[in-house]
Amino acid sequence: MVDSHDRSPVRSERSGDIAVIYASDYLNKLSGERIERECRAALAVGCRALVVDFKNTGLVNSIGVSIMLGVIDAAERARAPLVFSNVNAQAAQLFEILGLTLHASLAADEQAALRLLSDVNLPEHRPLAVGKHT
Amino acid sequence: MSEQTTKLIHAFSALADLGEELADTRDFEEMVRTTLHVVLGALGVRRGAVAEYLPGEDALRFVAAWGLGEEEPPAVLPFAAASAEMLSTPHPRPLSLSETDSRELLRLQFGEPLIEMFGEFRLHLAVPLVVHKKFVGLILLGDKATDEQFTAYEREVVRTMARHIGVGIFNHRLLREVEQRAEESRGLYDNLRTIYRDTVRAFAAAIDCKDKYTQGHSERVGKYSEIIAREMGWSEEQVEGIAVAGYLHDIGKLVVERDIINAPYKIDAKQSSELNRHPAAGYEILSPIKHPYADIPLMAKYHHERIDGRGYPEGLTGDQIPPGAKIVAVADSFDAMTTDRTYKRRKVFTEVIEDFRKNAGKQFAPEVLAALCRAMLKEVNGETKERLMMKLLGRGYLEPEESRPLLIQLIAELESGASRAAGSV
Repeated sequence: MVDSHDRSPVRSERSGDIAVIYASDYLNKLSGERIERECRAALAVGCRALVVDFKNTGLVNSIGVSIMLGVIDAAERARAPLVFSNVNAQAAQLFEILGLTLHASLAADEQAALRLLSDVNLPEHRPLAVGKHT
Repeated sequence: MSEQTTKLIHAFSALADLGEELADTRDFEEMVRTTLHVVLGALGVRRGAVAEYLPGEDALRFVAAWGLGEEEPPAVLPFAAASAEMLSTPHPRPLSLSETDSRELLRLQFGEPLIEMFGEFRLHLAVPLVVHKKFVGLILLGDKATDEQFTAYEREVVRTMARHIGVGIFNHRLLREVEQRAEESRGLYDNLRTIYRDTVRAFAAAIDCKDKYTQGHSERVGKYSEIIAREMGWSEEQVEGIAVAGYLHDIGKLVVERDIINAPYKIDAKQSSELNRHPAAGYEILSPIKHPYADIPLMAKYHHERIDGRGYPEGLTGDQIPPGAKIVAVADSFDAMTTDRTYKRRKVFTEVIEDFRKNAGKQFAPEVLAALCRAMLKEVNGETKERLMMKLLGRGYLEPEESRPLLIQLIAELESGASRAAGSV
């Protein structure tokens, strides 16, 4: 699924039970909300783990962080492991300081993220209601 | 980069984001939702809400919430004016709900319904939004993603952000009030305009009462003027103005002897001179009034001027005559030609067309005549919903088969002549 409004749009792919969501170049409200929608949609259709890949992301602002916290919340409710991959050093430090890495793992790249999740016993599917996250 | 520096840069960047979001006043709810994201994301807080205080209703309205789970928070909660008063200290500090050991103080500050909500949604920090010593709302924050307590530094960051968000909510409230007042003023203005128009109509009726042979003349002139001006592409405001000028164009007749106005015979030179005073007298009557439209007195004063300079009271020519007066002049003469008087029957339509042809560029402005003819042609062709002119002229006066070719021919002549003529309206 591709959202083509950005130069580097948010898109997602499935790898078995795992959904990989690719963030755009700037993690702000617009792109953050798209990532959140993609994650919740993937969980609703039975994905048991999530990877959010930040390969194209240079900047993460406070709004982006808040929305990622929403993604963490959604993943925890569905008991789905969450991995952030390709996070640049600056964003990784921010995620760590703000506590996001206590709830989501970091992986060097997408392949590493998938390997990490393959070592984990994925939980039974616990579908998440699709709707506005409050 | 040290952890401290990264934190500082992130907080500064969040403040910049906050300023940008608060400046966007197009969608208040969206603005508040985004500012909540900024606060949560600045400090890594997993859940929170922003509520606006509604002073008239003694209630808090939840404008935005994030991370509170599938349960929606209540849209509105009761909130006592006394609590608002209590929280209205300048630059208030964030209040830690878990650290406060006095349940009674909490109850006074927030009231039971809100305290219950704190527990239900695990909200631990309340930041009053206060502007000019007025409580405008609350930011409520839950756990940090680190599960640590809020540090003094973080409380200062939230406090600073709260001041900005408070101003945003306050400004929005002011804007709403201004819009409400503007709406009320618009309503009052519309009422005044209605009263003004009704008064003008009453005056028109009074003017026509004085002349027993021309009842309804002023009203018809107003309507014809309106039709012509609209056909000429005037704005609705200008069209309303010309209609008023049409209604009032003969107001000066109020100062002319009734016997002269109603004389069933040809009046002598002295009486004619007396009658011809009415445009100037009308100007004198209308000038002191502050009309909502431009040039009403001038249109009354010059509605008997002619393009060739042989009119009165000043013998103006062409461009010297105000455009509105040229329109009222045509409307006035058209009504005089198409209504019966005691001393003469009205002209048949072919005679009216001949009069227009003969007097175009002499008595009447050709472009005004062309507009009147176009308006009539539209009615004849059924292009207009309301056949207002046909109603004013009476049934059978404008016979389509007879009038259509006459109008088409005259319009062509007038428009080719008018395009060459100087001094168009």
